Amino acid sequence: MPSRVQALKLFEPAIVRRAIAESFKKLDPRHMARNPVMFVTEVVSVLTTCLWVQALRGHGEAPAGFIFAVSIWLWFTVLFANFAEAMAEGRGKAQADALRRSRQELVAKFLSEPRHGAGWAPVPSKMLHSGDVVLVEAGDIIPGDGEVVEGVASVDESVITGESAPVIRESGGDRSAVTGGTRVLSDWLVVRISAEPGETFLDRMIGMVEGAKRQRTPNEIALSILLAALTIVFLLAVATLLPFSLYSVAAAGQGQPVTVTVLAALLVCLIPTTIGGLLSAIGIAGMDRMVQANVIATSGRAVEAAGDVDVLLLDKTGTITLGNRQATAFIPARGVAEKELADAAQLASLADETPEGRSIVVLAKGKYSLRGREVHGLGATFVPFSAQTRMSGVDLDGRAIRKGAADAVAEFVRERGGSIGDDVQEAVDRLAKSGATPLVVADGPRVLGVIQLKDIVKGGIRERFAELRKMGIKTVMITGDNPLTAAAIAAEAGVDDFLAEATPEAKLRLIRELQTGGRLVAMTGDGTNDAPALAQADVAVAMNSGTQAAKEAGNMVDLDSNPTKLLEVVEIGKQLLMTRGSLTTFSIANDVAKYFAIIPAMFVATYPQLGALNVMRLATPASAVMSAVIFNALIIVALIPLALRGVEYRPVGAAALLRRNLLVYGLGGLVAPFVGIKAIDLLLSALHLV
Amino acid sequence: MTALAALQLLAFLAVILALAKPLGVYMARVYESRPGGLDCVLGPVERFLYRISGVNAGDEMDWKRYATAMLVFNLAGWLALYALMRLQGTLPANPQHLPAVNPLLDFNTAISFVTNTNWQNYSGERTMSYLTQMLGLAVQNFLSAASGMAVLVALIRGFARRSATTVGNFWVDTVRGTLYILLPLSLVFALALVSQGVVQTFSAYKKVALLEPVTVTEPRLDAAGAPVKDAKGNPVTEKVTVIEQTLALGPAASQIAIKQLGTNGGGFFNVNSAHPFENPTPLSDFLELVAILLLPAALCLTLGEMVRDRRQGWAILAAMVAIFVVFAVFDIASEQAGNPLLTRLGVDQRPSATQGGGNMEGKEVRFGPVASALWATATTAASNGSVNAMHDSFTPLGGLVPMALMQIGEVVFGGVGSGLYGMLAFVIVAVFIAGLMVGRTPEYLGKKIGSFEMKMASLVILVPPVVVLLGTALAVATAAGRAATANPGAHGFSEILYAFSSAANNNGSAFAGLSGNTPFYNFTLGLAMFFGRFWTKVPILAIAGSLAAKKMTPAGAGTLATHTPLFVVLLVGTVLLVAALTFLPALALGPIVEHLQMLAMAR
Repeated sequence: MPSRVQALKLFEPAIVRRAIAESFKKLDPRHMARNPVMFVTEVVSVLTTCLWVQALRGHGEAPAGFIFAVSIWLWFTVLFANFAEAMAEGRGKAQADALRRSRQELVAKFLSEPRHGAGWAPVPSKMLHSGDVVLVEAGDIIPGDGEVVEGVASVDESVITGESAPVIRESGGDRSAVTGGTRVLSDWLVVRISAEPGETFLDRMIGMVEGAKRQRTPNEIALSILLAALTIVFLLAVATLLPFSLYSVAAAGQGQPVTVTVLAALLVCLIPTTIGGLLSAIGIAGMDRMVQANVIATSGRAVEAAGDVDVLLLDKTGTITLGNRQATAFIPARGVAEKELADAAQLASLADETPEGRSIVVLAKGKYSLRGREVHGLGATFVPFSAQTRMSGVDLDGRAIRKGAADAVAEFVRERGGSIGDDVQEAVDRLAKSGATPLVVADGPRVLGVIQLKDIVKGGIRERFAELRKMGIKTVMITGDNPLTAAAIAAEAGVDDFLAEATPEAKLRLIRELQTGGRLVAMTGDGTNDAPALAQADVAVAMNSGTQAAKEAGNMVDLDSNPTKLLEVVEIGKQLLMTRGSLTTFSIANDVAKYFAIIPAMFVATYPQLGALNVMRLATPASAVMSAVIFNALIIVALIPLALRGVEYRPVGAAALLRRNLLVYGLGGLVAPFVGIKAIDLLLSALHLV
Repeated sequence: MTALAALQLLAFLAVILALAKPLGVYMARVYESRPGGLDCVLGPVERFLYRISGVNAGDEMDWKRYATAMLVFNLAGWLALYALMRLQGTLPANPQHLPAVNPLLDFNTAISFVTNTNWQNYSGERTMSYLTQMLGLAVQNFLSAASGMAVLVALIRGFARRSATTVGNFWVDTVRGTLYILLPLSLVFALALVSQGVVQTFSAYKKVALLEPVTVTEPRLDAAGAPVKDAKGNPVTEKVTVIEQTLALGPAASQIAIKQLGTNGGGFFNVNSAHPFENPTPLSDFLELVAILLLPAALCLTLGEMVRDRRQGWAILAAMVAIFVVFAVFDIASEQAGNPLLTRLGVDQRPSATQGGGNMEGKEVRFGPVASALWATATTAASNGSVNAMHDSFTPLGGLVPMALMQIGEVVFGGVGSGLYGMLAFVIVAVFIAGLMVGRTPEYLGKKIGSFEMKMASLVILVPPVVVLLGTALAVATAAGRAATANPGAHGFSEILYAFSSAANNNGSAFAGLSGNTPFYNFTLGLAMFFGRFWTKVPILAIAGSLAAKKMTPAGAGTLATHTPLFVVLLVGTVLLVAALTFLPALALGPIVEHLQMLAMAR
């Protein structure tokens, strides 16, 4: 079975071949009309082609060879733009094909009653509707997205996530969602289908990477309006040149009125074909980069919004800190050896399967080589944690070893005639203040000391947050901890703010507050109780390992289930906008040089003095026009890699970014065509083509 | 450019900048209905006006109501002015017994004054009665300026308010703008002008015998008033001997004050501020020059006050000053350099203690080339359009400057109100591009710029150049359009291009060589003025409404600061690039080729 979306080479030969064919299919005016700039270019190309045919019949306004050359390059301009779009789409299509192969026609085991053991009948998977219940057994492919209602099974989800290690899916809790197309490896599941045919996760994913239902984003629409306005201005500036030229020829009494062919060439050079031709490619490539990052966005709008995010809400656990709290130190009570404390702590935790309990065993083993012992082998009785006692431990050889919250253990020893010493109480307070969790260990009435449980902040996360701050993005840590603990971790991790003792309602309230203040909020989440907040957030990344409800509520799904991914998502969003902005600037700045090439060429016969404007010293009027047109077409091809890869983003703050991009794309856009047009002109004259 | 010229420019800018700040703050108070110092005197007048006109001052309007009120008000103003000019022959205060203005000229003139353009296809002293000047033209000078400022203030409120549905009350804004800003300033300024010798009287024109008769050569005019041309396209001239002069008089000072302050520019007399009764001394010249830019400059700072971030106002003012200085220096240098063809004939055009030097054709001796070029730059940077020298007689590049400044869209200072709202449309486009370049949805003053704002800002930027280009193309393509030019060749083209640039951008100055009082130009220029004014005002109000409804995004490190030199550079670049890309071909066929031809002939 094909594995997940592969990273593709920029110019994969298969994609290039398909894109070339697509470029011609896209000449269909109905398709072109969606892009006003390129539509105008196509209309003008048709016009010059007609003029060429007319010239062949001997009624040409200019030599047929010249008109032909201009027409060909105008057509190339259109084709190159189509090629850019087809390339971007092609990459998505290749990925979609890989996904589609995994969506085979399946026969589902349709259960007559929603329980294991009920009779089943074979039903084609595409006939399954939301609410139907099916049985999936070892070796079966899950026929559709759904919720496990009964059973536990290991599932191979590599088709979606690329992760080969199987995952556990079970009824209830946060691991109950299954995705159609994944395979059950062992045991069985009873699954209630939750997606209508054609609307499964896989379908959405395919649709997304193909860009089939790609809707234009608000920024893209705004940019298109600006480009259309510029096109209208240039259309008029060029069209009015005909009467101006007629007047000038009459006034000067020499020269020829400018030809429609040259006006057509000037128009195509001036209208922003560079950005117009690459605009949709940039958008598709942005989605593509998301897919490469293993994030599936439900809309381009979400990708774009990611670039705008002002506040990131990050769950402490898993994002900022490593999994769970870990034991980091033993602090013995006065008169107790640290090793004795460690031994008792390990004994009390042997049967404790919580991550905290395991970390205590590991710490004791690491520090004092105390080997883990088998609880049953020692004849001990495990006393599990309960909400009433708020302690856990073992009863062993008449000893009652307990570990737990300070007040609970204090109560426990007081019942047995002991008490917590001042030094222990002080240690407890100190740890609590520093953000760690103190666990007090007691053996009967005797208090042995304190275990320090601490959140381990992920390596490098502080730097990441500092970068975000430079981008102007505020980070808020969400945690269920008390404010004291939260504040300490927040300080250690370098987040800007935190929300302690967070409930789903508090989270939702915080998002609403931030949004009312005009901020755009992004968050990640996986549990069903995150769903309301996910639905409210502007950018909501659901973990693929999360529940169906969370995935439905979010506008992106992270297949790697990596909460830190949000940072990458933001960068991709910004890159998308920057690529558009930079290429627009480049495209418009290019026009200055084209004027200096074409205006003297148009009017030098009428007003020979205008030859002074031919600053590039282009060989002849014909070669000047041709060079400008050829440059204008080739620059589209030259910029395809940039459009697909995106302009590099650096977290340096808005002003520095703007200065850099203005220099590179503004000033560069001003200068580049002078060099390029001159080079093409030299080449054309050297080859005696004009 | 001489040191004295540089000093003149610096002194002018220093006075403007010094006055702009207090005035800008004062205007913010006026439009925010806060006390500004004149309330005890004018407050009762204001309340009386609301009472008799039934205006509820607390009644806030959404942008559509505001736009409707503005359009209705201007339509009423147009009708009243049209009627007044048609009926002036039967009305009092007409000592010269001037007849009704002909309908097409009336159509053109009424639009011209309602749109704050003040393009004049007539000669004031030979066409308009005192009543028409005072009750019609001067009144529209006030009201067109006040309505321009009102639209600007509505837009500023769009930026300043958050999640609001309304942008203010048009009637209140117009009344307060006129009563608290334009009237007091005009009163003071008119008195200052009278002190310099500007006439203010109701007496009839005076006839004076000349000390010695003069014989002059005049172009022969046909029945329609257009110059008659020979086969080569050169105007036919005839010799006339004059023994007597008529001194035109009238209530000029009161009208000139508002014509300068309100960026109207319509002269009381035909030759505008070149006329000795309209602009008699170098001091009056300097004062009138200051008055041209004063309100547009101060309004930038009003913006800063009203959005509670003064730096934003200074940044926009800085962008305007930057463009202005470049153009002014270029223009002064071009005029001071004089005409190389005359240099070749041995004419001394160098500035010295005894002469201003440079190109003196079409200039008043009391002003010289520097004050004339500075005025030409200021009057076209602002959409004023008054002149103290004939732009038609400037050197080709000297004439390119005023033309280009109008083609930029009258956003470098521009008209009162209209200049800044036009500039804000460019700001929207500039922040849009800049926002994309830093990877954020663009925002200005905390308001996110969406596709609706882009659409409207595009319209604002698009309409004037479209009208200029189409109008010019129509004129050069028709015999009626070509017939009105005084010169053949590239200069004739410049005259036509200048006329449409002036009308569509509501400037009103002219390359005097064009005889505009023909049916063709009265009609086409009238339409150009109408579209240029109202097809930008309504989209601006739409932007105001849309922005007011938005939430305010607080600024952060990722927000692009719009008060920095970098942004000023970007804004200047955007403004100049759009104009250059639109008009470079047309300018190449007009002033640029004229200049190159002149150089070629001088070689």
